Amino acid sequence: MACATNVKSVTVIATEGLTKRYPRVTALDRLTVDVKPGVTGLVGANGAGKSTLIKLLLGLSSATEGGARVLGLDVATDGAQIRARVGYMPEHDCLPPDVSATEFVVHMARMSGMPATAARERTADTLRHVGLYEERYRPIGGYSTGMKQRVKLAQALVHDPQLVLLDEPTNGLDPVGRDEMLGLIRRVHTDFGISVLVTSHLLGELERTSDHIVVIDGGRLLRADSTSDFTQATASLAVEVTDSEQQLLEKLTAAGLTAHADGRLLLVDIADDDSYDTVRDAVAELGVGLVRMEQRRHRIAEIFRGEGAGHDNHTV
Amino acid sequence: MTTTPSDVIHDIGYRHYDGPRLGRAYARRSLYAQSLRGAYGLGRSAKSKVMPMILFAVMCAPAAIIVAVAIGTSMTKLPIEYTRYAIIMQTVISLFLAAQAPQSVSLDLRFKVTPLYFSRPIERIDYVAAKYAALATALFILTAVPVTILYIGALLAKFDFGDATSGFAKALVAELLLSLLYAGLGLLIAALTPRRGFGVAGIIALFTLSFGAVSSVQAVASVQGSESAIAWLGLFSPITLIDGVQTWWLGASSSYVDNAGPSSAFAGCVFLLVLLAVIGGTFGLLMSRYRKVGLS
Repeated sequence: MACATNVKSVTVIATEGLTKRYPRVTALDRLTVDVKPGVTGLVGANGAGKSTLIKLLLGLSSATEGGARVLGLDVATDGAQIRARVGYMPEHDCLPPDVSATEFVVHMARMSGMPATAARERTADTLRHVGLYEERYRPIGGYSTGMKQRVKLAQALVHDPQLVLLDEPTNGLDPVGRDEMLGLIRRVHTDFGISVLVTSHLLGELERTSDHIVVIDGGRLLRADSTSDFTQATASLAVEVTDSEQQLLEKLTAAGLTAHADGRLLLVDIADDDSYDTVRDAVAELGVGLVRMEQRRHRIAEIFRGEGAGHDNHTV
Repeated sequence: MTTTPSDVIHDIGYRHYDGPRLGRAYARRSLYAQSLRGAYGLGRSAKSKVMPMILFAVMCAPAAIIVAVAIGTSMTKLPIEYTRYAIIMQTVISLFLAAQAPQSVSLDLRFKVTPLYFSRPIERIDYVAAKYAALATALFILTAVPVTILYIGALLAKFDFGDATSGFAKALVAELLLSLLYAGLGLLIAALTPRRGFGVAGIIALFTLSFGAVSSVQAVASVQGSESAIAWLGLFSPITLIDGVQTWWLGASSSYVDNAGPSSAFAGCVFLLVLLAVIGGTFGLLMSRYRKVGLS
């Protein structure tokens, strides 16, 4: 915090006590979080307030209390300027079926203020970068889900924004498509130099892609950390043995590991690489059969259990 | 020493854009141009071009025939008034509106393209104004081209130049008003539903039912000899409203039964005010409709 001014200058998104109340529900509750350049994963269950946050960041909805700055611009007053420098990929379908990808992305580039020639050039470039080639001249209606997601990403990137907001970009994709999309998102930052805020309700997939993770639930900030801190805190080992789970649990606890039983499984928090050896030795000493040992990610629900209030203020 | 071989494809990687970023007005113009082209199916699939192009041809064909007949025979003026053309062809205009207003806005709602527009540096009023102006322009092209054919024909046949020009000019003014009125009503109905079919049915229903009702009640009034009632009834359907305005303001002959268009200055002003109020009102209602259509 000593270099507060420096931090401010490289902050992409900064929210301060950001609150959005609808007549019947509080969608965001005093959210204070700073997002730095890079890929930031925004994780939360459905209805956690992710889409509300994006709407507020684009200046399309006004906050009930508090405020936010995107690329140093105030969301309450500079909405249009923000939207000129930010790309947005919605969660839902947003593509007309009877026009081609090229036609559509050129139009969207012009809607972002690009002159006609530049719009065409950048459309060709961007569609190539997201991996759409010959099919870009065919009507979008005939595309697969994966291709449609690429068009949606292309329209968010075509005007060379400094930041893109991607709302559930892996929704509806099969495992291969999911990996390709996540790789593409990673490249948006590493190769294109564009910061990314990507939402998902799956923590696991964002851990691989993001530099930072922000977890919100019920409109409140639950956790904000760099991904490495996060993974360490969330990595756990599921151990299943043929017998004597209780004794094993006691042994592991005695050896200094944090573990708890979950039905027939023991969930052991991994402190470091030695933890695996400790588990192996403990099982061997008891002389029981080891059915499986498998690495697990905590699901969001488990983080929610472990974290309470008092995490209102975090810097990623 | 080494020269770069010319047959190598370089992957130049991602390039940033340093060129100009034109603002909101440019984005609004782009949306206007795209919507206007879309109204005639340009930039869309071949299927989307069929309906507007057929209607455009149907709209122009009678004008071409009239001109051919007028030139071929020894007429001294065109057999119909310029201002009358749109009234006679009102069904074609309504069909065009019913097909293209939902195409312009319902599809954006249905396929959720509107959130993408609002994530760009335009505001709600830019979207509404661009869509409104584009459809009005499309309708104006549809109605103005045939009377232009009539006018050119009249000039070729060496009919009285003054008569032809003033009739043509009046028709253009009336058609501009008609385009604005129709575009507003059509877009308002279409913007209420993401279902294109409902939009089409709604617009056809509004235009045919209101015209049918007004005409039949006017016929009853005619039988009872109530001329002023015939005129006032004209306020209640779009095409008779236009007819009333052009009868009083532009001196066109009325298409009402018994030629009983609004005759007093007071009645004429009421017609014109109602027309302007409906145009302004539909724009206002469209604006409030899009207040609800945000990002989702």
